[in-house]
Amino acid sequence: MVNQAETAGIRAEGLKGNIPDGLTLELRRYWEVLDGVPDPEIPVISVVDLGIVTRLTVAEDGAVRVILTPTFAGCPALRWMEKTVQEALLEAGASVVEVQTTFENPWTSERISEAGREKIRNFGLAPPPRRRPGCSGPDLDALARAACPRCGSENTSMKSPFGPTLCRSLHYCFDCLEAFEQFKPL
Amino acid sequence: MTNQPLPTAPLARYLLHLADDQLVMGHRNSEWTGLGPILEEDIAFSSIAQDQVGHALAFYEYLNQECGLADPDQTAFNRPESLMVSSWLVEQPIGDYAFSLVRHWCYDQAVYLRYESLSQIQDPALQALATKLRGEVKYHTFHANTWMKSLLQGSEESRLRMLTALKEVWPMALGLFESWSGEKALMEQVGHAGQPWYPGERHLQQHWQAGTLESLVLWSVDVEALGLHKVEPVLGGRQGYHSEHLASMLEEMTAVFRLDPQAEW
Repeated sequence: MVNQAETAGIRAEGLKGNIPDGLTLELRRYWEVLDGVPDPEIPVISVVDLGIVTRLTVAEDGAVRVILTPTFAGCPALRWMEKTVQEALLEAGASVVEVQTTFENPWTSERISEAGREKIRNFGLAPPPRRRPGCSGPDLDALARAACPRCGSENTSMKSPFGPTLCRSLHYCFDCLEAFEQFKPL
Repeated sequence: MTNQPLPTAPLARYLLHLADDQLVMGHRNSEWTGLGPILEEDIAFSSIAQDQVGHALAFYEYLNQECGLADPDQTAFNRPESLMVSSWLVEQPIGDYAFSLVRHWCYDQAVYLRYESLSQIQDPALQALATKLRGEVKYHTFHANTWMKSLLQGSEESRLRMLTALKEVWPMALGLFESWSGEKALMEQVGHAGQPWYPGERHLQQHWQAGTLESLVLWSVDVEALGLHKVEPVLGGRQGYHSEHLASMLEEMTAVFRLDPQAEW
Protein backbone atom coordinates (compact mmCIF):
# COMPACT_ATOMS: atom_id res chain seq x y z
CA MET A 1 0.00 0.00 0.00
CA VAL A 2 1.35 3.42 -0.89
CA ASN A 3 1.28 6.05 1.80
CA GLN A 4 -0.82 9.18 1.69
CA ALA A 5 2.06 11.43 0.73
CA GLU A 6 2.97 9.26 -2.26
CA THR A 7 -0.63 9.04 -3.49
CA ALA A 8 -0.97 12.80 -3.26
CA GLY A 9 2.24 13.23 -5.24
CA ILE A 10 1.25 10.78 -7.97
CA ARG A 11 -2.12 12.41 -8.58
CA ALA A 12 -0.63 15.89 -8.68
CA GLU A 13 1.95 14.87 -11.30
CA GLY A 14 1.94 17.05 -14.38
CA LEU A 15 0.31 19.98 -12.59
CA LYS A 16 2.18 23.24 -12.35
CA GLY A 17 4.39 23.72 -9.29
CA ASN A 18 5.86 26.93 -7.94
CA ILE A 19 9.44 26.66 -9.21
CA PRO A 20 10.00 29.72 -11.42
CA ASP A 21 10.84 29.25 -15.10
CA GLY A 22 14.07 30.30 -16.76
CA LEU A 23 16.42 29.65 -13.85
CA THR A 24 20.12 28.89 -14.05
CA LEU A 25 20.95 25.24 -13.37
CA GLU A 26 22.33 26.10 -9.95
CA LEU A 27 19.27 28.06 -8.86
CA ARG A 28 16.94 25.40 -10.22
CA ARG A 29 18.75 22.77 -8.22
CA TYR A 30 18.30 24.76 -5.00
CA TRP A 31 14.63 25.36 -5.73
CA GLU A 32 14.22 21.61 -6.29
CA VAL A 33 15.89 20.93 -2.95
CA LEU A 34 13.37 23.23 -1.24
CA ASP A 35 10.57 21.55 -3.18
CA GLY A 36 11.52 18.48 -1.17
CA VAL A 37 11.09 20.25 2.19
CA PRO A 38 7.63 19.37 3.53
CA ASP A 39 5.27 21.71 5.32
CA PRO A 40 5.27 20.39 8.89
CA GLU A 41 1.49 20.61 9.27
CA ILE A 42 0.46 19.24 5.86
CA PRO A 43 3.49 17.10 4.99
CA VAL A 44 2.28 16.14 1.49
CA ILE A 45 2.95 19.66 0.27
CA SER A 46 6.36 21.31 0.07
CA VAL A 47 7.25 24.77 1.32
CA VAL A 48 7.63 25.72 -2.36
CA ASP A 49 4.17 24.47 -3.38
CA LEU A 50 2.74 26.24 -0.36
CA GLY A 51 4.18 29.49 -1.71
CA ILE A 52 6.09 30.61 1.36
CA VAL A 53 9.46 30.77 -0.43
CA THR A 54 9.34 34.23 -1.95
CA ARG A 55 12.97 34.65 -3.02
CA LEU A 56 16.08 32.55 -3.53
CA THR A 57 19.36 34.09 -4.63
CA VAL A 58 22.96 32.91 -4.84
CA ALA A 59 25.72 35.46 -4.31
CA GLU A 60 29.01 35.40 -6.22
CA ASP A 61 30.76 33.71 -3.31
CA GLY A 62 28.15 30.93 -3.38
CA ALA A 63 26.15 32.09 -0.33
CA VAL A 64 22.49 31.19 -0.68
CA ARG A 65 19.88 33.61 0.60
CA VAL A 66 16.27 32.56 1.04
CA ILE A 67 13.31 34.75 1.96
CA LEU A 68 10.32 33.02 3.54
CA THR A 69 6.99 34.56 4.41
CA PRO A 70 4.59 33.07 6.96
CA THR A 71 1.13 31.82 5.98
CA PHE A 72 -0.33 33.26 9.19
CA ALA A 73 1.70 35.71 11.29
CA GLY A 74 1.29 33.53 14.38
CA CYS A 75 2.34 30.31 12.64
CA PRO A 76 4.25 28.33 15.26
CA ALA A 77 6.00 26.20 12.62
CA LEU A 78 7.92 29.12 11.18
CA ARG A 79 11.19 28.75 13.11
CA TRP A 80 11.14 25.04 12.38
CA MET A 81 10.71 25.72 8.67
CA GLU A 82 13.57 28.23 8.65
CA LYS A 83 15.77 25.61 10.22
CA THR A 84 14.72 22.80 7.86
CA VAL A 85 15.20 24.99 4.81
CA GLN A 86 18.67 25.93 5.97
CA GLU A 87 19.66 22.34 6.70
CA ALA A 88 18.36 21.09 3.35
CA LEU A 89 20.40 23.68 1.44
CA LEU A 90 23.56 23.02 3.45
CA GLU A 91 23.15 19.32 2.81
CA ALA A 92 22.77 20.05 -0.90
CA GLY A 93 26.23 21.62 -0.88
CA ALA A 94 25.64 25.30 -0.25
CA SER A 95 28.54 26.70 1.76
CA VAL A 96 26.65 29.51 3.48
CA VAL A 97 22.87 29.74 3.84
CA GLU A 98 20.95 32.68 5.18
CA VAL A 99 17.21 32.27 5.76
CA GLN A 100 15.11 35.29 6.59
CA THR A 101 11.40 35.71 7.21
CA THR A 102 9.73 38.91 6.05
CA PHE A 103 6.28 40.19 5.11
CA GLU A 104 7.52 42.06 2.04
CA ASN A 105 5.68 39.70 -0.31
CA PRO A 106 2.90 38.70 2.06
CA TRP A 107 1.44 35.23 1.70
CA THR A 108 -2.05 34.73 0.38
CA SER A 109 -3.68 31.41 -0.43
CA GLU A 110 -3.38 32.37 -4.11
CA ARG A 111 0.33 31.57 -3.77
CA ILE A 112 -0.33 27.83 -3.47
CA SER A 113 0.56 26.12 -6.76
CA GLU A 114 -1.87 24.02 -8.83
CA ALA A 115 0.12 20.94 -7.87
CA GLY A 116 -0.06 22.01 -4.24
CA ARG A 117 -3.83 22.44 -4.39
CA GLU A 118 -4.22 18.94 -5.78
CA LYS A 119 -1.95 17.50 -3.08
CA ILE A 120 -3.98 19.28 -0.41
CA ARG A 121 -7.18 17.82 -1.85
CA ASN A 122 -5.72 14.31 -1.96
CA PHE A 123 -4.61 14.71 1.62
CA GLY A 124 -8.29 15.05 2.52
CA LEU A 125 -8.43 18.84 2.91
CA ALA A 126 -10.46 21.15 0.72
CA PRO A 127 -8.05 23.55 -1.03
CA PRO A 128 -8.79 27.25 -0.47
CA PRO A 129 -11.36 28.68 -2.88
CA ARG A 130 -9.88 30.82 -5.62
CA ARG A 131 -10.26 34.56 -5.17
CA ARG A 132 -12.90 36.12 -7.32
CA PRO A 133 -11.58 38.79 -9.69
CA GLY A 134 -11.50 42.22 -8.05
CA CYS A 135 -11.54 40.78 -4.53
CA SER A 136 -8.57 42.13 -2.59
CA GLY A 137 -8.79 40.08 0.61
CA PRO A 138 -10.09 36.71 1.72
CA ASP A 139 -13.62 36.14 0.52
CA LEU A 140 -15.32 34.75 3.60
CA ASP A 141 -18.59 34.08 1.79
CA ALA A 142 -16.65 31.39 -0.02
CA LEU A 143 -16.10 29.63 3.32
CA ALA A 144 -19.75 28.67 3.42
CA ARG A 145 -19.61 26.83 0.10
CA ALA A 146 -16.45 24.78 0.51
CA ALA A 147 -16.45 21.77 -1.80
CA CYS A 148 -16.18 18.49 0.10
CA PRO A 149 -12.77 16.93 -0.69
CA ARG A 150 -14.35 13.44 -0.63
CA CYS A 151 -17.41 13.76 -2.87
CA GLY A 152 -17.04 17.24 -4.37
CA SER A 153 -20.46 18.33 -3.08
CA GLU A 154 -20.97 22.00 -2.24
CA ASN A 155 -23.92 21.08 -0.05
CA THR A 156 -21.78 21.79 2.99
CA SER A 157 -21.74 24.10 5.98
CA MET A 158 -18.94 25.68 7.95
CA LYS A 159 -18.83 24.65 11.60
CA SER A 160 -16.03 26.95 12.67
CA PRO A 161 -13.57 29.30 10.98
CA PHE A 162 -10.88 27.90 13.30
CA GLY A 163 -9.52 24.38 13.06
CA PRO A 164 -6.65 22.24 14.33
CA THR A 165 -4.07 24.63 12.83
CA LEU A 166 -4.33 28.36 12.09
CA CYS A 167 -4.69 27.68 8.37
CA ARG A 168 -7.69 25.31 8.55
CA SER A 169 -11.44 25.73 9.10
CA LEU A 170 -13.99 23.04 10.07
CA HIS A 171 -16.84 21.99 7.74
CA TYR A 172 -19.56 19.38 7.40
CA CYS A 173 -20.79 17.72 4.20
CA PHE A 174 -24.55 17.01 4.05
CA ASP A 175 -24.08 14.52 1.23
CA CYS A 176 -21.45 12.22 2.67
CA LEU A 177 -22.42 13.13 6.24
CA GLU A 178 -18.82 13.58 7.24
CA ALA A 179 -16.84 16.42 8.73
CA PHE A 180 -13.93 17.80 6.72
CA GLU A 181 -11.41 20.62 6.91
CA GLN A 182 -10.57 23.36 4.47
CA PHE A 183 -7.30 25.18 3.94
CA LYS A 184 -8.51 28.73 4.65
CA PRO A 185 -8.48 31.38 1.96
CA LEU A 186 -6.37 34.39 2.91
CA MET B 1 13.42 45.12 33.91
CA THR B 2 14.34 47.29 31.02
CA ASN B 3 14.02 50.95 31.81
CA GLN B 4 13.91 51.92 28.20
CA PRO B 5 11.57 54.93 28.05
CA LEU B 6 8.46 54.85 25.89
CA PRO B 7 9.17 55.86 22.29
CA THR B 8 8.43 59.51 21.57
CA ALA B 9 8.17 59.24 17.78
CA PRO B 10 4.42 59.23 17.07
CA LEU B 11 4.46 56.24 14.72
CA ALA B 12 6.52 54.10 17.10
CA ARG B 13 4.24 55.03 19.99
CA TYR B 14 1.14 54.19 17.97
CA LEU B 15 2.52 50.81 16.89
CA LEU B 16 3.37 50.08 20.50
CA HIS B 17 -0.29 50.69 21.47
CA LEU B 18 -1.28 48.17 18.81
CA ALA B 19 1.36 45.62 19.78
CA ASP B 20 0.70 45.82 23.53
CA ASP B 21 -3.04 45.47 23.00
CA GLN B 22 -2.49 42.40 20.84
CA LEU B 23 -0.05 40.80 23.27
CA VAL B 24 -2.25 41.29 26.33
CA MET B 25 -5.43 40.33 24.48
CA GLY B 26 -3.70 37.27 23.06
CA HIS B 27 -2.54 36.22 26.49
CA ARG B 28 -6.01 36.62 27.97
CA ASN B 29 -7.66 34.74 25.10
CA SER B 30 -5.18 31.91 25.51
CA GLU B 31 -6.59 31.38 29.00
CA TRP B 32 -9.60 29.74 27.29
CA THR B 33 -7.41 26.90 26.08
CA GLY B 34 -8.83 23.79 27.71
CA LEU B 35 -11.80 25.68 29.19
CA GLY B 36 -13.93 26.59 26.17
CA PRO B 37 -17.65 25.91 26.53
CA ILE B 38 -17.49 23.59 23.49
CA LEU B 39 -14.48 22.14 21.70
CA GLU B 40 -14.82 24.42 18.65
CA GLU B 41 -14.80 27.52 20.86
CA ASP B 42 -11.83 26.27 22.81
CA ILE B 43 -10.02 25.95 19.48
CA ALA B 44 -11.31 29.30 18.20
CA PHE B 45 -10.13 31.31 21.20
CA SER B 46 -6.81 29.48 21.21
CA SER B 47 -6.32 30.20 17.49
CA ILE B 48 -7.27 33.85 17.87
CA ALA B 49 -4.82 34.11 20.77
CA GLN B 50 -2.11 32.59 18.60
CA ASP B 51 -2.84 35.11 15.84
CA GLN B 52 -2.76 38.00 18.27
CA VAL B 53 0.56 37.08 19.82
CA GLY B 54 1.88 36.65 16.26
CA HIS B 55 0.66 40.13 15.33
CA ALA B 56 2.24 41.60 18.46
CA LEU B 57 5.52 39.94 17.52
CA ALA B 58 5.41 41.35 13.97
CA PHE B 59 5.02 44.89 15.37
CA TYR B 60 7.65 44.41 18.09
CA GLU B 61 10.03 43.23 15.36
CA TYR B 62 9.34 46.31 13.30
CA LEU B 63 9.79 48.52 16.38
CA ASN B 64 13.10 46.79 17.07
CA GLN B 65 14.45 47.02 13.53
CA GLU B 66 13.11 50.40 12.45
CA CYS B 67 12.53 52.40 15.63
CA GLY B 68 15.36 51.33 17.91
CA LEU B 69 13.33 49.54 20.59
CA ALA B 70 14.80 46.56 22.45
CA ASP B 71 14.44 43.11 20.89
CA PRO B 72 10.90 41.69 20.83
CA ASP B 73 11.32 39.36 23.82
CA GLN B 74 12.70 42.13 26.03
CA THR B 75 10.00 44.56 24.91
CA ALA B 76 7.22 42.05 25.45
CA PHE B 77 8.31 40.39 28.67
CA ASN B 78 10.59 42.77 30.47
CA ARG B 79 8.68 46.02 30.95
CA PRO B 80 7.09 47.28 34.15
CA GLU B 81 3.34 47.80 34.14
CA SER B 82 3.75 51.59 33.94
CA LEU B 83 5.51 51.27 30.57
CA MET B 84 2.79 49.06 29.07
CA VAL B 85 0.45 51.09 26.88
CA SER B 86 -2.31 48.52 26.38
CA SER B 87 -5.92 49.46 27.10
CA TRP B 88 -7.97 48.45 30.13
CA LEU B 89 -10.27 46.36 27.98
CA VAL B 90 -7.66 43.77 27.06
CA GLU B 91 -6.19 43.28 30.53
CA GLN B 92 -9.46 42.31 32.23
CA PRO B 93 -9.74 38.65 33.29
CA ILE B 94 -11.68 36.41 30.90
CA GLY B 95 -14.83 36.46 33.02
CA ASP B 96 -17.58 34.24 31.67
CA TYR B 97 -17.86 33.24 28.04
CA ALA B 98 -20.32 36.06 27.31
CA PHE B 99 -17.83 38.65 28.58
CA SER B 100 -14.95 37.22 26.56
CA LEU B 101 -17.09 36.97 23.45
CA VAL B 102 -18.43 40.53 23.63
CA ARG B 103 -14.93 41.83 24.33
CA HIS B 104 -13.59 39.85 21.37
CA TRP B 105 -16.31 41.31 19.15
CA CYS B 106 -15.70 44.91 20.26
CA TYR B 107 -11.94 44.55 20.18
CA ASP B 108 -11.48 42.87 16.81
CA GLN B 109 -13.79 45.34 15.03
CA ALA B 110 -11.52 48.10 16.32
CA VAL B 111 -8.36 46.24 15.28
CA TYR B 112 -9.82 45.76 11.82
CA LEU B 113 -10.35 49.51 11.43
CA ARG B 114 -6.82 50.24 12.64
CA TYR B 115 -5.29 47.78 10.17
CA GLU B 116 -7.40 49.19 7.40
CA SER B 117 -6.05 52.64 8.09
CA LEU B 118 -2.47 51.41 8.62
CA SER B 119 -2.57 49.71 5.22
CA GLN B 120 -2.72 53.23 3.71
CA ILE B 121 0.63 54.25 5.22
CA GLN B 122 3.58 55.21 3.01
CA ASP B 123 6.09 52.71 4.40
CA PRO B 124 5.76 49.67 2.09
CA ALA B 125 6.76 47.19 4.81
CA LEU B 126 4.04 48.36 7.19
CA GLN B 127 1.59 48.66 4.35
CA ALA B 128 2.13 45.03 3.37
CA LEU B 129 2.05 43.89 6.99
CA ALA B 130 -1.22 45.69 7.78
CA THR B 131 -2.90 44.35 4.65
CA LYS B 132 -1.83 40.84 5.52
CA LEU B 133 -2.89 41.05 9.18
CA ARG B 134 -6.23 42.59 8.24
CA GLY B 135 -7.02 39.44 6.26
CA GLU B 136 -6.40 37.35 9.38
CA VAL B 137 -8.58 39.60 11.54
CA LYS B 138 -11.44 39.08 9.10
CA TYR B 139 -11.70 35.59 10.54
CA HIS B 140 -11.88 37.01 14.04
CA THR B 141 -14.71 39.42 13.27
CA PHE B 142 -16.50 36.72 11.28
CA HIS B 143 -16.29 34.38 14.27
CA ALA B 144 -17.40 37.06 16.74
CA ASN B 145 -20.31 38.17 14.56
CA THR B 146 -21.60 34.61 14.18
CA TRP B 147 -21.73 34.07 17.94
CA MET B 148 -22.97 37.54 18.86
CA LYS B 149 -25.86 37.08 16.48
CA SER B 150 -26.84 33.61 17.56
CA LEU B 151 -26.53 34.24 21.29
CA LEU B 152 -28.33 37.60 21.17
CA GLN B 153 -31.10 35.92 19.24
CA GLY B 154 -30.94 32.64 21.14
CA SER B 155 -32.66 31.79 24.42
CA GLU B 156 -33.77 34.30 27.01
CA GLU B 157 -30.81 33.36 29.15
CA SER B 158 -28.22 33.71 26.39
CA ARG B 159 -29.62 37.10 25.45
CA LEU B 160 -29.61 38.33 29.02
CA ARG B 161 -26.02 37.22 29.53
CA MET B 162 -24.91 38.95 26.35
CA LEU B 163 -26.67 42.18 27.30
CA THR B 164 -25.07 42.12 30.74
CA ALA B 165 -21.67 41.61 29.13
CA LEU B 166 -22.30 44.44 26.66
CA LYS B 167 -22.96 46.85 29.53
CA GLU B 168 -19.83 45.73 31.29
CA VAL B 169 -17.56 45.83 28.22
CA TRP B 170 -18.76 49.05 26.58
CA PRO B 171 -16.97 51.69 28.74
CA MET B 172 -13.68 49.86 28.36
CA ALA B 173 -14.24 49.33 24.63
CA LEU B 174 -14.60 53.10 24.27
CA GLY B 175 -11.30 53.39 26.14
CA LEU B 176 -9.58 51.71 23.19
CA PHE B 177 -9.82 55.10 21.52
CA GLU B 178 -8.10 57.13 24.22
CA SER B 179 -6.44 60.21 22.78
CA TRP B 180 -2.67 60.39 23.15
CA SER B 181 0.11 62.92 22.85
CA GLY B 182 1.47 62.15 19.38
CA GLU B 183 -1.95 61.86 17.81
CA LYS B 184 -2.02 65.23 16.02
CA ALA B 185 1.42 64.75 14.50
CA LEU B 186 0.54 61.30 13.22
CA MET B 187 -2.70 62.60 11.72
CA GLU B 188 -0.63 64.91 9.54
CA GLN B 189 1.49 62.11 8.12
CA VAL B 190 0.76 61.53 4.47
CA GLY B 191 -0.01 58.01 3.30
CA HIS B 192 0.77 56.28 0.03
CA ALA B 193 -2.19 57.79 -1.79
CA GLY B 194 -1.12 61.33 -0.83
CA GLN B 195 -3.80 61.53 1.88
CA PRO B 196 -3.33 61.26 5.66
CA TRP B 197 -3.58 57.58 6.61
CA TYR B 198 -4.38 57.95 10.33
CA PRO B 199 -7.71 59.64 11.03
CA GLY B 200 -7.16 60.01 14.80
CA GLU B 201 -8.85 58.29 17.72
CA ARG B 202 -12.05 60.31 17.69
CA HIS B 203 -12.72 59.46 14.10
CA LEU B 204 -11.82 55.80 14.59
CA GLN B 205 -14.19 55.64 17.55
CA GLN B 206 -17.05 57.19 15.57
CA HIS B 207 -16.45 54.74 12.76
CA TRP B 208 -16.30 51.83 15.19
CA GLN B 209 -19.40 52.94 17.05
CA ALA B 210 -21.42 53.35 13.87
CA GLY B 211 -20.59 49.79 12.84
CA THR B 212 -21.09 48.08 16.18
CA LEU B 213 -24.31 49.92 17.05
CA GLU B 214 -25.75 49.14 13.63
CA SER B 215 -25.15 45.43 14.19
CA LEU B 216 -26.64 45.57 17.68
CA VAL B 217 -29.78 47.24 16.38
CA LEU B 218 -29.97 44.59 13.68
CA TRP B 219 -29.87 41.95 16.43
CA SER B 220 -32.75 43.72 18.20
CA VAL B 221 -30.73 45.25 21.00
CA ASP B 222 -32.28 48.43 22.37
CA VAL B 223 -29.02 50.31 22.77
CA GLU B 224 -30.68 53.29 24.43
CA ALA B 225 -32.46 51.19 27.02
CA LEU B 226 -29.14 49.51 27.68
CA GLY B 227 -27.63 52.96 28.21
CA LEU B 228 -24.76 52.45 25.75
CA HIS B 229 -25.17 55.94 24.30
CA LYS B 230 -24.34 57.71 27.58
CA VAL B 231 -21.41 55.66 28.77
CA GLU B 232 -18.14 57.33 29.82
CA PRO B 233 -14.96 55.69 28.48
CA VAL B 234 -12.45 54.08 30.84
CA LEU B 235 -9.10 55.76 30.10
CA GLY B 236 -5.50 55.61 31.26
CA GLY B 237 -4.03 52.59 29.50
CA ARG B 238 -2.23 54.52 26.77
CA GLN B 239 -0.42 56.50 29.50
CA GLY B 240 0.59 53.46 31.50
CA TYR B 241 -2.19 53.66 34.12
CA HIS B 242 -3.85 50.29 34.54
CA SER B 243 -6.43 48.37 36.53
CA GLU B 244 -5.26 45.97 39.23
CA HIS B 245 -5.48 43.10 36.75
CA LEU B 246 -2.50 43.90 34.53
CA ALA B 247 0.17 43.48 37.20
CA SER B 248 -0.95 39.98 38.12
CA MET B 249 -1.30 39.02 34.48
CA LEU B 250 2.23 40.24 33.69
CA GLU B 251 3.52 38.38 36.72
CA GLU B 252 2.16 35.15 35.30
CA MET B 253 2.95 35.87 31.65
CA THR B 254 6.60 36.66 32.32
CA ALA B 255 7.29 34.00 34.97
CA VAL B 256 9.24 31.69 32.66
CA PHE B 257 11.02 34.55 30.93
CA ARG B 258 12.23 35.95 34.25
CA LEU B 259 13.90 32.65 35.18
CA ASP B 260 16.60 33.56 32.68
CA PRO B 261 16.00 36.83 30.81
CA GLN B 262 18.98 36.31 28.50
CA ALA B 263 18.09 32.75 27.47
CA GLU B 264 18.09 31.89 23.76
CA TRP B 265 14.78 30.24 22.81
